Amino acid sequence: MAEIPILEIKSVSKRFTLQGQVIDALRDANLTVAKGEFICLIGASGCGKSTLLRIVAGFEGVTSGEALMWGKPIEGPAPDRGMVFQDYGLFPWLTVKDNIAFGPKSRGRPAGEVSATVDRFVDMIGLGKFANVWPHQLSGGMKQRVAIARVLANDAEMVLMDEPFGALDAMTRERLQDELLDIWQRTGLTVLFVTHSIEEAIFLADRVVVMEPGPGRIASEVRIELPRPRDVSSPEFNDVRRMLGARLHSHHAPKAA
Amino acid sequence: MSDLTLTAPIPTVRRPSAALGRLRQFGLALIVPALLLLGWHLAVKAGMSRLIPSPYAVAEYMVDFAWGGIWDDAFSATLHQHLLASASRVYGGFILAALVAVPLGIMIGRVPLVRDLLDPFLQLMRPIPVTAWLPLSMILFGLGATSAFFLVFLGAFYPILLNTIFGVRGVEPRLFEAASMLGCRGNAQTFKVVLPAAMPSIFTGLRLGLGLAWFVIVVGEMTGVPQGLGAVIMDGRTLSRTELVICGMIVIGIAGYLSDRVILALMQRALRWSPQHHG
Ligand SMILES: Nc1ncnc2c1ncn2[C@@H]1O[C@H](COP(=O)(O)OP(=O)(O)OP(=O)(O)O)[C@@H](O)[C@H]1O
Ligand SMILES: [Mg+2]
Repeated sequence: MAEIPILEIKSVSKRFTLQGQVIDALRDANLTVAKGEFICLIGASGCGKSTLLRIVAGFEGVTSGEALMWGKPIEGPAPDRGMVFQDYGLFPWLTVKDNIAFGPKSRGRPAGEVSATVDRFVDMIGLGKFANVWPHQLSGGMKQRVAIARVLANDAEMVLMDEPFGALDAMTRERLQDELLDIWQRTGLTVLFVTHSIEEAIFLADRVVVMEPGPGRIASEVRIELPRPRDVSSPEFNDVRRMLGARLHSHHAPKAA
Repeated sequence: MSDLTLTAPIPTVRRPSAALGRLRQFGLALIVPALLLLGWHLAVKAGMSRLIPSPYAVAEYMVDFAWGGIWDDAFSATLHQHLLASASRVYGGFILAALVAVPLGIMIGRVPLVRDLLDPFLQLMRPIPVTAWLPLSMILFGLGATSAFFLVFLGAFYPILLNTIFGVRGVEPRLFEAASMLGCRGNAQTFKVVLPAAMPSIFTGLRLGLGLAWFVIVVGEMTGVPQGLGAVIMDGRTLSRTELVICGMIVIGIAGYLSDRVILALMQRALRWSPQHHG
C-alpha cells in the first residue's frame, strides 16, 4: 500500500523567539494521517497542539522539517484545509447565510450554486430560522455550528478544530460531538481535533495523539478500537480512559528530583 | 486644539426602549436650556447688558430672518440662502474629505510603505489648528468660497483619517486567518474584511468629521464670502447687530445637530450587525 497519505508531518520543528527567549513550540514531530481518519491531539497546555494545527492550516511556516498534504508541501492557507477556531472567527458583519457563503463566493462560484450550497448547510446545522441573523445574536453552540458549516460549504477535505467545543456547556458539547461524528461518517472528511478532554478524545477519535510540553513534541499515539457509536459509560471505554489518563499523567509527572 | 481631543472614538449612546423613559429623557434634556433662556431673559430685563438683545427680540428677528415681513432689511427672508451656501460647503468639504481620508487611511493602515511615507508627515501637520490655515488658504485660494471649502475639508479630514487608520489597525488577526483559509486572500481582503471590520471606527470618524465641518464653517466663511451663516455672523458683528449674530449661531447649532442625527441614523442602520451599535 504505497498510497499517498492526505497529511504527512515529517520531523517538523517550530521555534518562536519571544522577547529574546527561544521557545521550542514543536520539536521533531512526526505524524501521518490517512484520508478519512479522525485524529485527536491531546496534551498539557503549551505542548504545541495549536502550533501543529496552525502549521497544517498554513498560518505558520515550519522552522525545519516538512508538512505535506497529498505529498506536496503546505504553502499558506487554502480552502482544502478549513479551520474551526475556539473563538469561532465568524465575520460579525455577515449573517449566518453570508458567513457560510463567504468561501464559495470568494472562490468565484456562480450565484445559483452558492445559494444552493448555503441552503443545504444552513439546513444541515439546523439553523434555518436563524439564517438571516448576525453572529452576536447566536449562542456559542450555534456560532460553532456556523463555523463548521462554513468550512464544509467550502469543500474542505480536512477540518482542523482547535478546542472547538471548549467554551460550550456539557450538553451542547455532546450534541455537537454527535453531529460532528455524523457529518464525518457521511462525508469522509479528515479531522484533526485538539481537545483537553480525554473523554472527548476517546469518544471521537480513530487515533489519539498524545503530546508533551517543554519542548513540545508527540509522545505517543493510541489507536481507539472501540466500536461506534461509543458508550462513554461502558467498561471498555473506561479501560481506555484509564490507560490514556495514566499515559498523560506519566508524561506530566515532574522530572525525577 | 479641540480637534485633538475630539478624535478619540466615542461610545454610542444606548437608548432606553420604553416610551416613558424616552419622554423622561426628553424632559430632562429641556431643563438646562429652559433655565438658560430664563436667566438670559431676566438678565436683559434687569438691564445687566444693553448690548445683548432679549430672547424675544432674537426670536422675532429669527422669524424675519427666515420669512421676512417684520424688518424688511438686507437679511430678511435670506436664511435659506445662507443655510444652503453653508450646507453645500460643509457637505462638499466633508464628502471630499471622506473620499480622500477613508482610502488613504486604509492604505496607511494596510501598507507599511505608505505608512512610513505619509504617517510622520501627517502627524506633523495634525497639531496645526484649522484656524491657523486661514491666512495661507486666503493666499492660495483667494477670498471666497474655495477657501471656506478648503478649511472645512481640512477640519473634517483628520478625524476621518485617524479613525480609519485606528479601525484598520484594529481588525482582529483571526478574521484575516478565517478569510484566507476560505480562499479570500491579498487585496480581496481589503474589501471583504478590512473595510467592513473598520466600519464602526470609520463611522465614528465621519461623525466627528461632520461635526467639525460645521464647527469650522464660521472660520471658513470669514474669508469674505457674500453668503453663508459664518458670513452672517461676521456681518452681524461688523454692523453691531447682536441679534443677527445669535440667530446665525442658533441656525448653525440646529443644522449641525440635525446633520449629526442623520449620520447617526445611517450609522445605526449600517452597523446593525454590531452589538455596540444596533439601536
Ligand atoms: N506566535 C507565537 N509567538 C511566540 N510564541 C508562541 C507563538 N505561538 C505559540 N507560541 C509558544 O509555543 C508554545 C506552544 O504553544 P501552543 O499554542 O501550540 O500550545 P497548545 O498546546 O495549543 O496550548 P493550549 O492547550 O494552552 O492551547 C507555547 O509556549 C507558546 O508560548
Ligand atoms: Mg492551543
